[in-house]
Amino acid sequence: MKHDIVEKNLPLMMILIIVAISWGALAEVVPLFFLKETTQPIEGLKPLGAVELEGRDIYIREGCHVCHTQMIRPFRAETERYGHYSLAGEHVYEHPFLWGSKRTGPDLARVGARYSDDWHRAHLFNPRDVVPTSIMPSFPWLFEDKVDGRDTPKKMRALRYVGVPYTDEQIATAKDTTDGVREIDALVLYLQQLGTVLTTKR
Amino acid sequence: MTELTTFWHVWVSAIVIGSMIACGILLTLTFKNQKYDQETDQTTGHSFDGIDELDNPLPKWWMYFFWSTIVFGVFYIGIYGIGGWTGFSDWSSHDQWEREVAKAEEQFKPYYDKLNAMSVEELATNKDALATGQRIFSSNCSVCHGSTATGALGFPNLADNDWLYGGSAAAIKQTITHGRTGAMPAKGLKPDMTDVERTDIAAHVLSLSGREGSGDATKGAPLFAQACAACHGSDAKGNQLMGAPNLTDNIWLYGGSEKQIEFTIENGRAGVMPAWNDILGEDKIHVLSGYVYSLSQSK
Repeated sequence: MKHDIVEKNLPLMMILIIVAISWGALAEVVPLFFLKETTQPIEGLKPLGAVELEGRDIYIREGCHVCHTQMIRPFRAETERYGHYSLAGEHVYEHPFLWGSKRTGPDLARVGARYSDDWHRAHLFNPRDVVPTSIMPSFPWLFEDKVDGRDTPKKMRALRYVGVPYTDEQIATAKDTTDGVREIDALVLYLQQLGTVLTTKR
Repeated sequence: MTELTTFWHVWVSAIVIGSMIACGILLTLTFKNQKYDQETDQTTGHSFDGIDELDNPLPKWWMYFFWSTIVFGVFYIGIYGIGGWTGFSDWSSHDQWEREVAKAEEQFKPYYDKLNAMSVEELATNKDALATGQRIFSSNCSVCHGSTATGALGFPNLADNDWLYGGSAAAIKQTITHGRTGAMPAKGLKPDMTDVERTDIAAHVLSLSGREGSGDATKGAPLFAQACAACHGSDAKGNQLMGAPNLTDNIWLYGGSEKQIEFTIENGRAGVMPAWNDILGEDKIHVLSGYVYSLSQSK
């Protein structure tokens, strides 16, 4: 084999580059689409309700996922602190998923039902009020701004298109249920359900 | 990866092993067909802006490094497996986690067994148990109750021996294990409460701890009996069975100013203590109960 054959034939080189860089995905990613563990929801998992869905979008909008992961790794140190390690089946309805790979704050994969709604509200208004050493930013505007429900049905239809089983009825009532809800309430509702389908049994 | 079909196991194996072999062949052929096996000043004929591309063989160190990655891959596959085969070490992340947990269990079990044999009251005077309990408290409870357990507005002080649901060892343990849900309805049992009536009730409540409000406390007293006494008691000393606080001791969960009291009457309160059974487990809750119990014993 002479390297100048490849180097002097641009199309051949392009094809070989594409082959070389797709190999990893073909071996590591493609088979996952055919693996039940990654494509089937765990028992009891339901798509997020309309208000929770808006809460999730606020979570993304405010960049919570930049500092908080939603992925408990299978190490004792993590499962002691956060609960059962995350399973792929818990996230099949998430588009996009919010696993993350860098933590500035704690993991939130199972923060649901861990603290009270009151605590979440106090904490989001000003984290220093409840955790004096916290470096988390305050989010006071969430208490004034309201969710605009016009886009909720569109979001749900888009999610249904990629496989989230929303019913027609859920989509039809979505605008009325989300319109005018305070953003803080939507966000807390979203946070309080995180990771609660799979409960830790000790 | 056990649920993948044979096809996908073969697919993955073929790509991985095939790539490794292909890399080996590529390296061998490139080396073999190289015109010179030493560095020369022969060029490939490419020349641009007076810069010539030399036609030299791959540097030896680079080529051996490439070979060593292929060898590394062989050992890696031998240890961790490929396709459906789990390798000579039979490793999986789940097994590793289980071993880790089992090892810790073995290490800590004697300690927790020792503490479990003691009552919560005994734990409250045991130095080791208190140190452990304090750690558990810091990691889990201090988020709401504060690192000194003195609470904050809306989150009870655990160190003042004033209890919503009871301060006995059993009550504390019950609270931690199963959580508590406060349920003070807005305007108490009098949904038609007017603003003036509310101010009068607030004045009565203030008078219970020896203070004065802007309303008429004497008018507030019968209204209190009507709207509030069912839970807080006719003497306003509260009821620990339903978590109704004592209103006569001037200790306030949601603030004791006239404004704050009126706000509480107007909107109700529903403080929630989450259940920790699933998160902490019985052993830790036992130790933690001892710590929380100890906090108010010197008072």
